[in-house]
Amino acid sequence: MRAFTYERASSVEAAAKAAASNPEAKFIAGGTNLLDLMKLEIETPTHLIDVNDIGLDKIEPTQDGGLRIGALVRNTDLAAHETVRRDYGLLSRALLAGASGQLRNKASTAGNLLQRTRCPYFYDTNQPCNKRQPGSGCSAIGGFSRQHAVIGTSEACIATNPSDMAIAMRALDAVVETVKGDGSRRAIPIADFHRLPGDTPHIETVLEPGEMITAVVLPPPIGGRQIYRKVRDRASYAFALVSVGAVIQSNGTGRIAVGGVAHKPWRVEAAEAELPNGARAAAHVLLADARPTEENRFKVELVERTLAAVVSEARG
Amino acid sequence: MQFDTPATTNPIDRLKVVGQPIHRIDGERKTTGRAIYAYEWNDPNVSYAYGYPVGAAIPKGRIKSMDVSDAKKALGVLAVVTTLDVGDLKKGDFNTAKLFGGDQVQHYHQAIAVVVAETFEQARAAAALVRVDYAEEKGAFDLEKAMDTAAKPEESQEPDTAVGDFDAAFTSAPVTLDETYTTPDQSHCMMEPHASIAAWNGDELTVWTSSQMIDWWRSDLATTLGIDKEKLHLMSPFIGGGFGGKLFLRADAVLAAFGAKAAGRPVKVALPRPLMPNNTTHRPATIQRIRIGADRDGRITAIAHQSWSGDLPGGGPETAVNQTRLLYAGVNRMTAMRLAALDLPEGNAMRAPGEAPGLMALEIAIDEMAEKLAMDPVQFRILNDTQVDPENPERPFSQRNLIGCLELGAERFGWNQRRGPGSRRDGNWLIGVGVAAAFRNNLLVPSGARVRLDREGIVTVETDMTDIGTGSYTIIAQTAAEMLGLPIDKVAVRLGDSRFPVSAGSGGQFGGNCSTAGVYAACVKLREAIAQKLGFNSEDVVFENGQVRSGNRAVPLAEAAGSDGLAGEDTIQWGDLSKTHQQSTFGAHFVEVGVDVATGETRIRRMLAVCAAGRILNPITARSQVIGAMTMGVGGALYEELAVDTRSGFFVNHDLAGYEVPVHADIPHQEVIFMNETDPMSSPMKAKGVGELGLCGVSAAIANAIYNATGIRVRHYPITLDKLIGGLPDVA
Amino acid sequence: MQSPNQLEISRRDLLISSTATVAVTGVAADGAAAQSAGKIMDHTTKVSFTVNGERRDLDLDNRTTLLDALREHLHLTGTKKGCDHGQCGACTVIIDGRRINACLTLAVMHEGDQITTIEGLGEPGNLHPMQAAFIKHDGFQCGYCTPGQICSSVAVLEEIKANIPSHVTGDLTRQAHVTPAEIRERMSGNICRCGAYSNILDAITEVAGTRA
Repeated sequence: MRAFTYERASSVEAAAKAAASNPEAKFIAGGTNLLDLMKLEIETPTHLIDVNDIGLDKIEPTQDGGLRIGALVRNTDLAAHETVRRDYGLLSRALLAGASGQLRNKASTAGNLLQRTRCPYFYDTNQPCNKRQPGSGCSAIGGFSRQHAVIGTSEACIATNPSDMAIAMRALDAVVETVKGDGSRRAIPIADFHRLPGDTPHIETVLEPGEMITAVVLPPPIGGRQIYRKVRDRASYAFALVSVGAVIQSNGTGRIAVGGVAHKPWRVEAAEAELPNGARAAAHVLLADARPTEENRFKVELVERTLAAVVSEARG
Repeated sequence: MQFDTPATTNPIDRLKVVGQPIHRIDGERKTTGRAIYAYEWNDPNVSYAYGYPVGAAIPKGRIKSMDVSDAKKALGVLAVVTTLDVGDLKKGDFNTAKLFGGDQVQHYHQAIAVVVAETFEQARAAAALVRVDYAEEKGAFDLEKAMDTAAKPEESQEPDTAVGDFDAAFTSAPVTLDETYTTPDQSHCMMEPHASIAAWNGDELTVWTSSQMIDWWRSDLATTLGIDKEKLHLMSPFIGGGFGGKLFLRADAVLAAFGAKAAGRPVKVALPRPLMPNNTTHRPATIQRIRIGADRDGRITAIAHQSWSGDLPGGGPETAVNQTRLLYAGVNRMTAMRLAALDLPEGNAMRAPGEAPGLMALEIAIDEMAEKLAMDPVQFRILNDTQVDPENPERPFSQRNLIGCLELGAERFGWNQRRGPGSRRDGNWLIGVGVAAAFRNNLLVPSGARVRLDREGIVTVETDMTDIGTGSYTIIAQTAAEMLGLPIDKVAVRLGDSRFPVSAGSGGQFGGNCSTAGVYAACVKLREAIAQKLGFNSEDVVFENGQVRSGNRAVPLAEAAGSDGLAGEDTIQWGDLSKTHQQSTFGAHFVEVGVDVATGETRIRRMLAVCAAGRILNPITARSQVIGAMTMGVGGALYEELAVDTRSGFFVNHDLAGYEVPVHADIPHQEVIFMNETDPMSSPMKAKGVGELGLCGVSAAIANAIYNATGIRVRHYPITLDKLIGGLPDVA
Repeated sequence: MQSPNQLEISRRDLLISSTATVAVTGVAADGAAAQSAGKIMDHTTKVSFTVNGERRDLDLDNRTTLLDALREHLHLTGTKKGCDHGQCGACTVIIDGRRINACLTLAVMHEGDQITTIEGLGEPGNLHPMQAAFIKHDGFQCGYCTPGQICSSVAVLEEIKANIPSHVTGDLTRQAHVTPAEIRERMSGNICRCGAYSNILDAITEVAGTRA
């Protein structure tokens, strides 16, 4: 870990300003992913802005009946929040499927959205990785790729986004609110927030340098059966091979977002239109352009089967 | 003490302390955070410096040059010692790959430098500044590809065995099986990383480390550093797990020693977790071909087991065929091992080396064979039991109650409820049960101890034996207490120090039996010294209730000790009882699994182990050994695999996120039953080991249960969902 | 069960040997003083927090994790470093009632926090009920993950009481309960390679039962 200077920001504005004045600064909230990566010098900020005391830790109703989740709300608190449990069960379930109790106690909502891939080659600084070192190549292509993406991949990168929470956010049409160093604010639909790797896999979101997430807003509840099914090798404390987040309405329509298959939460509205025709039909559209490796070909069938189980559970 | 005739009645047989369910005497220290592990020794008067290792970035080649100028200039850096600085070092006897020194890189993450700084943070940052210019060489990393060039290992490994005429018997057998199984490279993943503190005092070196085998480490560290073994003091009183990964000297101790010398201060070095799987040893992958021929009644007439594994040049094979020489009857039999030269990190012992991967394969094969014969797999195993060494029928087993384990286990588990493959369902779960035999040899290693009685009546045992979680502290205290007729709280135990008599150490599940036998021998000496001092006739002396008694005279032990105290020291040595009699431990594992009908995820629902392993010295710690081993077997069956990048030559998933071991949610309540057994051939303790037996066969029992649940036979571990999903029923 | 003087014997003895070492090695210059003070000031921060009821004031390299602050600066080595990357749970401590991985948080981020480590839960002769239950049920072997398991266990029961749901909680809108499945899931961030899980569950269940 390289040496860095440290400051505790006292307000949102101060934090944004501090970031704007130093391109090598990073915000730190829970730190559960950032410090992990800093120890390996995959992340090398020269300045950390501690944003834990700037009042972004509240969950409040919005005027239109939705919910505004402060960027600093811990995963545990979000999952345990009464309204979330009642009206956004998918989000609660996705959060609880992730990491461990200890990590959820620290990890923040914004940090969870920004967590980086768990590709083992990304984590090994001796190995080429376009995400870590643009232009160095992708070791996962032709290498150990069982965990990797099957769709939306590029010649430069086949990494997945590891977040469970983001899958639920995507299915629930969340909106990410941010502030920039100049004080300007914007709202980014979650669908647009994460990027596909393309030839710039090191750029994972549409956030601009220094731009800070202040909140994630959920639209009013949509009801339905909300299910998050995470498939993994061991029963807990593991990243998904595949996960399916679904909101299924009693008339058979619904929303599906899938994790463990792409560089971003994977949702295809056209696939949802097929839901009344069954999980297989929906899965075929969802993964129509899948380009798996030999090692992760199974994910295509696994998505279909998991989706079938989820739909069946929702109807049962 | 020479143990060359079967044990008769001795003081241990009183079983007032030995054999009793006594809680660990180190329990309060471990549960309150007061047990001090290697990296944690702290003397407030000492200013420790921190060493951070650098691992090679290539799997094979030569280091052309190293630039440490930036590292040396970095804030807080006291010294940088590179593998080029120290030059070629003598390698310890027990290491295959060198740990440090010279310009050759033999495997990925081999230690090539240590950066020493005032603080851990400074050392870690500076280590990243070391720049290396390599001349990379082509290596071999793919076991399957290397099979054809695999060679016969040296004869001491007994690579080829044959009795009768396997080929003829197999060809003529009416029912045959010929299948190939694979087991992957596995990582020990003990919770405490390899760690050492080294402090020089002139030419004397003190090292606090995390070692299963004090004397082996001491010799090999002295060799590697080129110093006199007598100048080296090693301490390892608490070890945060080993499983074979701390049997042999590791780089942390070597780097700490060099770092401390260069910095002129005591230096602490721990291997960073992501360095461990490639820097240290692992259980090598195997490819195993098994052929079995039987007559229609189910009697095995021919059995062959061949195994291929790889290692660095100079290494040895994974002895996966060994159990097949002893476990089942059959007149015509052969085994063969072949060893490929691979440039992956060093393969070496991991809990139950040989038997663990061997039984992963053999016990699936037995299950498959039973099915071909339309026999119950428990009955098939019972039918093919042998009470003698099948290669040498003149040679009986000292004890062998495999049948008892299988029968009792079947009864307790409800084995008769088993149905055909793919026929039980519970909601979304396909349910199946599986069985496997457990088998592991009982090894005998000399073991010494010193026992002192002081004027307070406290007995202190000193031996360089280690407690890696096995319960050595407790069973050694029980042994001394029993021998001297004391309650256990009058016994203090000091372990893991090279100033103490050399013991068996912790390995090969021999530690419990051998180290307590060594303590027994030392206690016999102490008893003699006490009797002699009191003028008692040692024949009729009784040690009981804190007193020593002879006829109608009774003297409290404290008084007998006198102001100077008394001591006894001895080493147990083994005669040829293990040659005249085959000494092994036996068991049966029963497992119930559920396989998710949609996703193919396997979850364990029930586990039972029945063990026949001689006298159980402490049913609490022995049970813990077995459930821990069963847990490791779950990992081996379902997800443990070091993923080899056959292009770049390293284990890719080299941390605890990538290499998954079982977590709480994976493990159900586990039942363990010990057969009531003593083995007078094994030692004066009449005990054997259980720590590895508990692992042997577990993974195969799970594989067999998955087959029973799904009808899908997977012969390649780990049995992950991708190997099942194609064969599961439709769910859409 | 343990000889009262056993610990003392080994400590005293090790102290004797290590003091002998000091006589020579202690001569080495104190490197910290030799550093150019100006440069490192930017990279250090003063922080105060309470550990096991005792206020601690430290001036730390910003990079120092809470784990290393406890172990290397305060010499509270009961909290263990198993992976240093949030992958094992051996470093679990309780901060303001919540369990976290001390390896993935900077010490300087804990100004004013109340930190409880394994040393603060109980000590030999005066054990916390969870520590006693771990001994009774043999919920450990090598002992290295044990402090983390115990800190986690204590916090897990509080989490259930506080109605924080888990992955296996059936109905999210109802109060969570202590069940074997709940305990196993919630404890899954604490890896025990020795495999004491089945016994740890028994220990936690017993403590949960006596508290109910």
